[in-house]
Amino acid sequence: MLSKSLKRRESELANTKRQLEILSNGIFQDGELPKFNDKIAESQQFPLKANLLEILQINVGYMCNQVCEHCHVDAGPDRKEIMTRETMLQCLEVIKKTGAHTLDLTGGAPEMNPNFRWFVEEAAKAGIKDFIVRSNLTIIRANKKYHDLPEFFKKHNIHVVSSMPHWTRGKTDKQRGDGVFDKSIQALKDLNAVGYGIPDSPLKLDLVYNPSGAFLPGDQASLEKEFKKALLEDFNIQFHNLFAITNLPISRFLDYLIASENYEDYMYQLVDAFNPAAVANVMCTNTLSVSWDGYLYDCDFNQMLNLKVNSKVKHIKDYNEALLTGRTVVTSQHCYGCTAGAGSSCQGVVA
Amino acid sequence: MAKTYYDPADLRKFGKITEWNEELGTKFFDYYNSVFEEGHLSAREKSLIALAVAHTIQCPYCIDAYTGDGLQRGITKEEMMESLHVAGAIRGGASLVHGVQMMNKVNKLEM
Repeated sequence: MLSKSLKRRESELANTKRQLEILSNGIFQDGELPKFNDKIAESQQFPLKANLLEILQINVGYMCNQVCEHCHVDAGPDRKEIMTRETMLQCLEVIKKTGAHTLDLTGGAPEMNPNFRWFVEEAAKAGIKDFIVRSNLTIIRANKKYHDLPEFFKKHNIHVVSSMPHWTRGKTDKQRGDGVFDKSIQALKDLNAVGYGIPDSPLKLDLVYNPSGAFLPGDQASLEKEFKKALLEDFNIQFHNLFAITNLPISRFLDYLIASENYEDYMYQLVDAFNPAAVANVMCTNTLSVSWDGYLYDCDFNQMLNLKVNSKVKHIKDYNEALLTGRTVVTSQHCYGCTAGAGSSCQGVVA
Repeated sequence: MAKTYYDPADLRKFGKITEWNEELGTKFFDYYNSVFEEGHLSAREKSLIALAVAHTIQCPYCIDAYTGDGLQRGITKEEMMESLHVAGAIRGGASLVHGVQMMNKVNKLEM
């Protein structure tokens, strides 16, 4: 089980340039598999353009109480990158003036940012229609100071989106660490207790499913049915929707793919499952990702590869909707992860 | 000619059989895809049946395909192994049930 981030271990994959080299070399360099841009060009979808902003996703820091094997952020307790109040103020200016319908806070464990609650309180005042916090669940049980998070979320009408790789203990703990399953179950019960996830409740609780290995997610609706049945029967837990998200071949998941000699087979799976219909709705067409230090990216994955937006505006303090709309999305071969099968985004399938 | 009879990379090329007989190949894949749709049995149940049958007929391609399919569907390794024991029990039972024939023959021939 992992205990340190790639960065802390000084792994060569902590270097984003190295990751991008791997994603462009080998099977993609010798033409065995087509590069992403060539593939989308086959269906006249190149270049990919960003439309008007609908979802503003803010990563408030890479610190996390967990060290999950598949984490694309390379998050963990040893990551010190945390968004400052100054950058949060710059984000708030944008939140107030943007027409985006969704604000999406992520991390790391966003709750570990010391200014998290202040930021949520301020951002909630902007009245954005859908205010998401991506919570890993275990944080709620990690320390007494987090036990009241369900009440806090409720007070600000936060839409909670939580990771849950499987409805069984074995598969969950293997991906996310020993004891994660039991703590997650307790946290879900805490959220249910204040009204989250109950059918017809306005307090939205959705779960995110990532495959626990080198395979693609199955049908989202079928998986949701399985999750709902098992969690209700075994633990009397309820939730609203399940988002099935494909693991993208970057960061720790890329490290795992290479170490387990699954990299090439996985890339074949992604390319074979390429779905042109998913391309039209990939999240980079309506999302902007802000990093802990205020820089702008087409998505959270590009943020982790340090691929900043292709625009004159590169920082939240200079935010300009007119300049950012219509920008060409920065891509590499990891993008196949969002166009495989029914597609994948932070909101689940897209096709 | 390849040095081995089986190459995992060939599984991806299964669809190519249609190239040498489009009519029958297409009919086969249409039928195949229909079989695995949700019906009176769930697609999940069918996947587990396919995995058990794959082991019974000892098809490496099918084992590869339906192990992966099971993982995608969230089927656990415990469920997969149980389905294999169903295959094993039927295979073993098929041998042993013929023991009655052996016993009948012995009883007939022995004084």
